Amino acid sequence: MNSLRLAAGGMIDRSSPLTFHWDNRRLEGFKGDTLASALLANGETVVARSFKYHRPRGVMSAGCEEAGALATVGEGAFADPNVTMTTQELYDGLVARGQNAWPSVRWDIGAVLGVFGRFLSAGFYYKTFMGLPPFETGRGTGAWMFYEKFIRRSAGLGTVSRSSDPDRYEHDNLYCDVLVVGGGISGIAAALTAAKEGLDVVLAEQDFNVGGDLLNQRSSNQGASHRCHLQSLNDAGVRVMLRTTAFGLYENGVVGLLERRQPSLKASLRQKLYTLRAKHIVLACGAIERPLAFGNNDRPGIMSASGGRAYANRYAVLPGRAVVVATNNSSAYQTAIDLADAGASVTLLDTRRNVEPALADMLKSRNIALHMSTGPCNVQGRQRIRAVELAHRDEDRWTRKNTIPCDSLLVSGGWSPVVHLQSQRGGRPVWDDMRQCFLPDASVEGITFVGAAAGHLIGTDCETSGHAAGEAIAGKIKRSGSTVQPTPLRDPPVKTDPTLLVEPNNPKKAFVDPLNDVTVSDIRLARQEGFVSVEHLKRYTTLGMGNDQGKVGNVIGLAIMAAAQGTSIPDVGTTRFRPPYTPISLGALAGPAIDEHFKLVRRTPMHDWNLGQGTVFTDAGLWQRTWYFPRDRETLSEAHLREAATVRRTVGMCDVTSLGKIAVQGPDSARFLDRVYANAMAKLAVGRARYGIMLRDDGIVMDDGTVWRESEDQFIITTTTTNAGKVMTFLEELLQVRWPDLRVHVTSVTDQWAGFSLAGPLSRDALQACLASGESVSNDACLFMTFFDTKLKSGVSCRIARISFSGELAYEVYVSSSYGGHLAQMLASEVEARGGCQYGLEALGTLRIEKGHVTGAELDGRVTLEDAGLGGMASKKKPFIGSTLRNRPELMKGDRPRLVGIVPMDRTATFNAGSILCLPEKVSGFGEGWVTSVTHSPALGHWIGLGFIKGGHGEWADRIVVAADPLRASAVDVQIVSPQMFDPEGARLHG
Amino acid sequence: MLRINCPFCGTRDHTEFGYGGDGSIIYPQLDEAPEEWIKAVFERENIAGPQVETWQHLHGCRMWLRVCRDTVTHEVLSVTPAHPEMAILGDIE
Repeated sequence: MNSLRLAAGGMIDRSSPLTFHWDNRRLEGFKGDTLASALLANGETVVARSFKYHRPRGVMSAGCEEAGALATVGEGAFADPNVTMTTQELYDGLVARGQNAWPSVRWDIGAVLGVFGRFLSAGFYYKTFMGLPPFETGRGTGAWMFYEKFIRRSAGLGTVSRSSDPDRYEHDNLYCDVLVVGGGISGIAAALTAAKEGLDVVLAEQDFNVGGDLLNQRSSNQGASHRCHLQSLNDAGVRVMLRTTAFGLYENGVVGLLERRQPSLKASLRQKLYTLRAKHIVLACGAIERPLAFGNNDRPGIMSASGGRAYANRYAVLPGRAVVVATNNSSAYQTAIDLADAGASVTLLDTRRNVEPALADMLKSRNIALHMSTGPCNVQGRQRIRAVELAHRDEDRWTRKNTIPCDSLLVSGGWSPVVHLQSQRGGRPVWDDMRQCFLPDASVEGITFVGAAAGHLIGTDCETSGHAAGEAIAGKIKRSGSTVQPTPLRDPPVKTDPTLLVEPNNPKKAFVDPLNDVTVSDIRLARQEGFVSVEHLKRYTTLGMGNDQGKVGNVIGLAIMAAAQGTSIPDVGTTRFRPPYTPISLGALAGPAIDEHFKLVRRTPMHDWNLGQGTVFTDAGLWQRTWYFPRDRETLSEAHLREAATVRRTVGMCDVTSLGKIAVQGPDSARFLDRVYANAMAKLAVGRARYGIMLRDDGIVMDDGTVWRESEDQFIITTTTTNAGKVMTFLEELLQVRWPDLRVHVTSVTDQWAGFSLAGPLSRDALQACLASGESVSNDACLFMTFFDTKLKSGVSCRIARISFSGELAYEVYVSSSYGGHLAQMLASEVEARGGCQYGLEALGTLRIEKGHVTGAELDGRVTLEDAGLGGMASKKKPFIGSTLRNRPELMKGDRPRLVGIVPMDRTATFNAGSILCLPEKVSGFGEGWVTSVTHSPALGHWIGLGFIKGGHGEWADRIVVAADPLRASAVDVQIVSPQMFDPEGARLHG
Repeated sequence: MLRINCPFCGTRDHTEFGYGGDGSIIYPQLDEAPEEWIKAVFERENIAGPQVETWQHLHGCRMWLRVCRDTVTHEVLSVTPAHPEMAILGDIE
């Protein structure tokens, strides 16, 4: 086919030719083209295959509402599926290919499905493959799961690349007085007026040019007028954001904006997602032209009238040489006129009985044939239309008339203002009979509609409404004026005809929502089967789902449903539109939060030093903690067992910096801690430390740690690594909300101190060797559960506490964070000199399980003090947080699951954490208890575990229990013992 | 997204804040009867409309705030410090 590109006019830059690839063919376009306009100029008609029936599809519009021309743009890792070609700016080297078709969109094997189209109605797959003849064997879910994978393969659109996206995506924040969404005539007017009033204005335009419908008008100098608009916006100080879509409106003037950067072939900043907060929002997002429903109304060569006009005027591409325009309103007359002026032969069909005489005269002077009370009822031609079959309307009956040949059919079914963004905020659009469309709800505060989005039909009205909105908003913001009133609408001389369906012979092939392959008969079927509510209709037929979001087919669908029910469109109602307005890539949502930036990472001051020791790290909350220190290719289990055994034999050191540390200061500190902890704290002596446990209000254990008294009114408390933030927030809440009378201040000092735990029989010896002369950690100088400040032999101040989590003679040594590496080095040389080693979180786990000490695995938010075997700690002399509700009868029952130790009957056997503890005769159901932690114990020489079982170990002394792990097909006979499995007398502590 | 006007820091996105809970609860004394505590801890109104909540400006001043929010529209109607002595100072701006 010879080129349809016009020799002159339009906004393309004929001096900048661009090369691009379409389905492995090299084609040319110009700067200023979209992918769609360039393909049309090259005579490409079939550019895609439809979702369900694999019908050939061409370009159907010139905007983001495009339902036909979807393609995959980019190659390999860059491939981006389901791109609307009508908004894809052409660039040099662009590579695009058709999708949902094999071998190509022009010759697609899958199109055979179209032959069976009459079977593939709404709900077909579910109804059939969930068990109707001939598939009734294997009814139900099982059958569906079998068939589903074949069904999914045949339906659908593009496929995503399996490789990681090499492009960058960023997030940013914006603030302004007024956000104007849409850079058409009304948006420009609103932005200019508001900016001239001194307001800070952002204008977001999804196109790569401002001007909106002005760009589609037939004049020799659109380019100049576009530059002129851009210039005056810049001069007025408006921040103009091109290629930027406002995809979602949220509460409090928050708007999501997606900016697509100028395309390129290299890995680069691809998209930027902005969170914008505006005091007022102007929606100047225009209106979308609806199609009409008639037979085969999705054939390539059929597009919206406004789309045809845009291609002719803006992109200088004739949609066809023999053009038929079909309309139910007056707007398409301009399209007919422009195309005739551009050299096409044009016929106009109007479903109405009469039209403004002035318009009719303009057609006559251009030799455009005008048929009133006429619409298209079917088209001929598959890969491109060849002819339109006309129907004439007599009252409400359509009768077939003649057929006229053509190569392009431009359709207008009226205009739908883009009310999507406001609908997302809960605005309920109001049906307007005169314009046959939903108008925005004027009641949503802080949002003003202008221009075509508000329902204005004439350019001058649009501009006036923009100016008025700009002024009113300035009044509201600068002079705290009242609410902003919209400009009243002016009615058109001849109203839009409610006709949206020219009854075809075969309603199966009259598409309502071409993107989702929803037909007129699908809507009727939905009604027949009881899916009458619009929300049900949407879900049953998929009308308005996906990319479409109700842009194209919504109103026709509602009209057909209303007609079938004998009601009206407002009675049927409309669905609520959801963000995003146009699709957003997951990459843009993730932004920079990928790979190592996925979440915050906290590292201890010894991190680099630990790295040098060959540490493997593990996550504990946000912290990176030392996990194990493999030597000579040791595995995790080899390394941590060696580390744990070394601690019991000589000495080990472990980075414990990540433990939460909170300074509690003020005259009421002791009273405060007495209320927070279940055990008594008020009488703790200065220089002493105590294990403490705190409950929630409901009496369940929240966290445990230690409390150190530095002076009468100063304490340091420690928390578990993962609960540090939660405890801090809780203490702040107590002090600010519940007990504001207490004179206490809490400060997080976790990051201020770097600390090591030093554990094992030789720990005292190793530590002593690190201290300055005259300082001592002898048993007299440093009793169990005391702490004191001293100096290292380098002169660095440190704090030493004799605290043990491992059951060994042990100390914690703290220095100011900046000396963390120094402390590590000094301790390591003394530890290694004594045959000791470093140990990580895994060995720490082994040591504490041997001793029956609980951690987060046991304190899982369901456990009481009694359950954890710590009931004796609860003070009876004072009330504390949770003291009332912990005594609820249910929590005090003797047969609640209690903390126990678990050992396998066959000492060589192993069992799994997470196993269910069952009676041997009843290995099923919830069992009698569960296993929380399991390790091999180097000290005992066999596997051990902790867990909970009804009544505690006393109840199970001589009974065999099965640790059942049905998921891993394991069942091991175990014995229930006291949780203190190693050194129950605690002799080693005092070393 | 909610925007909360912190009386100490100014208007900020809700992502800077942590949600606490029902701000209308008056917690009983620690040794009060279980019935009172059960009411305070477990019994909640399911309000459609203005609701008093506590929020903490976690990634800001760390102050606890009493926020009146319409649960239907997400409109934030008022924000005051939760600390009663600070609350009577009113809007600190």
